Amino acid sequence: MSDQALLEVKELKQYFPIKGGVFGRTVNHVKAVDDVSFTVNEGETVSIVGESGCGKSTTGRAILRLDNPYSGNIYFQGEDLVSLSKSQMRKKRKDLQIIFQDPYASLNPRQTVSQILEEAMEIQKVIPKKDRRKKITELLETVGIGAHQIDRYPHEFSGGQRQRIGIARALSVDPKLIVCDEAVSALDVSIQAQVLNLLKDLQRKFKLTYLFISHDLGVVRHISDRIIVMYLGKIVEVADKKSLFNQPRHPYTQALLSAIPSTNITERRERIILTGDVPSPIDPPAGCRFHTRCPLAFDRCAKEEPKLMSVSGSGYQQVACHLTEESKA
Amino acid sequence: MSLTKEESILEVRNLRTSFFTDEGEVKAVDGVDFSIEKGKTLGIVGESGSGKSITSLSILRLLQEPVGRIKEGEVIFKGEDLLKKSKKQMMAIRGNNISMIFQEPMTSLNPTLTCGEQIAESIRIHQKLNKKKAWEKSVEMLKLVGIPSPEKRAKQYPFELSGGMRQRVMIAISLACNPELLIADEPTTALDVTIQAQILELIKKLQEDMGTSLMIITHDLGVVAEMCDKVAVMYCGKVVEYADVKTVFTDPKHPYTIGLLNSVPKHDEDVEGDLAIITGSVPSPFNLPSGCSFAPRCPSAKEICHATLPELAETSDGDKVRCWIYTDQWEKEGEAVSRHE
Repeated sequence: MSDQALLEVKELKQYFPIKGGVFGRTVNHVKAVDDVSFTVNEGETVSIVGESGCGKSTTGRAILRLDNPYSGNIYFQGEDLVSLSKSQMRKKRKDLQIIFQDPYASLNPRQTVSQILEEAMEIQKVIPKKDRRKKITELLETVGIGAHQIDRYPHEFSGGQRQRIGIARALSVDPKLIVCDEAVSALDVSIQAQVLNLLKDLQRKFKLTYLFISHDLGVVRHISDRIIVMYLGKIVEVADKKSLFNQPRHPYTQALLSAIPSTNITERRERIILTGDVPSPIDPPAGCRFHTRCPLAFDRCAKEEPKLMSVSGSGYQQVACHLTEESKA
Repeated sequence: MSLTKEESILEVRNLRTSFFTDEGEVKAVDGVDFSIEKGKTLGIVGESGSGKSITSLSILRLLQEPVGRIKEGEVIFKGEDLLKKSKKQMMAIRGNNISMIFQEPMTSLNPTLTCGEQIAESIRIHQKLNKKKAWEKSVEMLKLVGIPSPEKRAKQYPFELSGGMRQRVMIAISLACNPELLIADEPTTALDVTIQAQILELIKKLQEDMGTSLMIITHDLGVVAEMCDKVAVMYCGKVVEYADVKTVFTDPKHPYTIGLLNSVPKHDEDVEGDLAIITGSVPSPFNLPSGCSFAPRCPSAKEICHATLPELAETSDGDKVRCWIYTDQWEKEGEAVSRHE
């Protein structure tokens, strides 16, 4: 791992228009991601966690420009991806790949495994045609699929194997950064553990950088170096793994951690139960977006939006909360 | 043992359910035994295809016949075998004495009826209340499950509610007739963790207040640890371990249970290095291995495991485990042989 920033996201906003009225004009926006900045260093695994609708997947998709961002900059190795043309961006995706959640939906059912991998190589022109077959066999072996299965169709594989094919496809163009969007969420635990170990292995072998998007904090704790916690389109806390799990600062992070059912049956912890649901991202609450559900909210939280600020501690930790700010002052 | 039998509200004995497809018979549930004590919670845990959901559908006789058929066994509910009941008798039991919560609250609610109407429907059928009384009761139920402004919500349709709210409506429907047994099939799997915590808390509280017995089907070992008194671990249609919750988490016996617990990434423990894994994958239900179904993936499997299926037998401390390791036979066997496929 180095301190060299591979990816730098600056003030990223992703608003989706809501059309309405007789003329189909834009009447409002879903503010899925609202002013998010962070960096990912080379060789690092950064995770984005949060519940449905917090904007974690939208952030991942915006980085690859699968949906063009509304505003903001995305620097990859110093180059702003937002300024690239469509065809330039397509070439750039050689370095940025994505693994999707659903291994059933993200593979073309009419292509064999070797065709799936070859298509990626063809588009990015990474390997001369005559060497491709050999490379495909190698890749599949790396992810744990035998050479005899190379001409099979996706439906002939189990869920875990299909996810391995998705990983092989991402690897086929020799990328630097892989966005894993809930890459292990659809898998059974015993298979999930296999795929997680594989991802870690591959990272060591190919010096990969991961942006890992997940709702499962157990998985996140296992795989990440740093963790970004999002709530309703905003980052509420960023910290290294140790600080986040041992000393979560934001009330939302604390509630999130305490809400997970634990298999540790001998030690029962106090649980923070949040009331109510996540508010709508169309018209998010003023001030701190979490104040409507926060057990510790006070006057200032409803009026003023907290900024992401570093807190002193042993490691790296930034929190957007008036409470930590006031206790510091 | 006779004492616990008297107290048990549901007893499943040697249940076998198969699906008859074009490709052959799938033994989805293959000789399952367990019981649920009054007021207690049993967790059935296993991965996809282990037969846990089919077990619950078999109990309520909700299988799609003739493709799915209960071939054998007894489901004793309060001393009577549900498998011997007529269709009409079953209808009187479902939703009244035994009710069920499903995983997906959107697909299991009727999109064309308001939430209030859906709760009232079951009340009117089972409790013979008139329309007005049933409506009042359904508003009361919505209030009980913690839905704010229940009068207003009762008049809304499912699509107007969030996932957590819909699951609350499901719970309201299932508890409306005050059932003695509630079967919850992955009740919180589709929900976010903070909402899951709310729903689990609610189920626990209502269970205590109403004295309902509960059967939870889940793949989430955390949910089992939080909610259950007893646990049945299923693999390939069979119960491989059946013990109280504390034993399962502190002193698991079956190699599959041990493997399963080790492969969960824990959010409250530091794990350095790789996760422990179970090698291979679940065998195809059309082509189950002979002997113990877990043998091809089991690190300690010996010749006997590949050849003969072990019984679900009681160990010295009263738990049940289906594994040769805990039999007298084990020592007589030779070295472990792996037969990975």
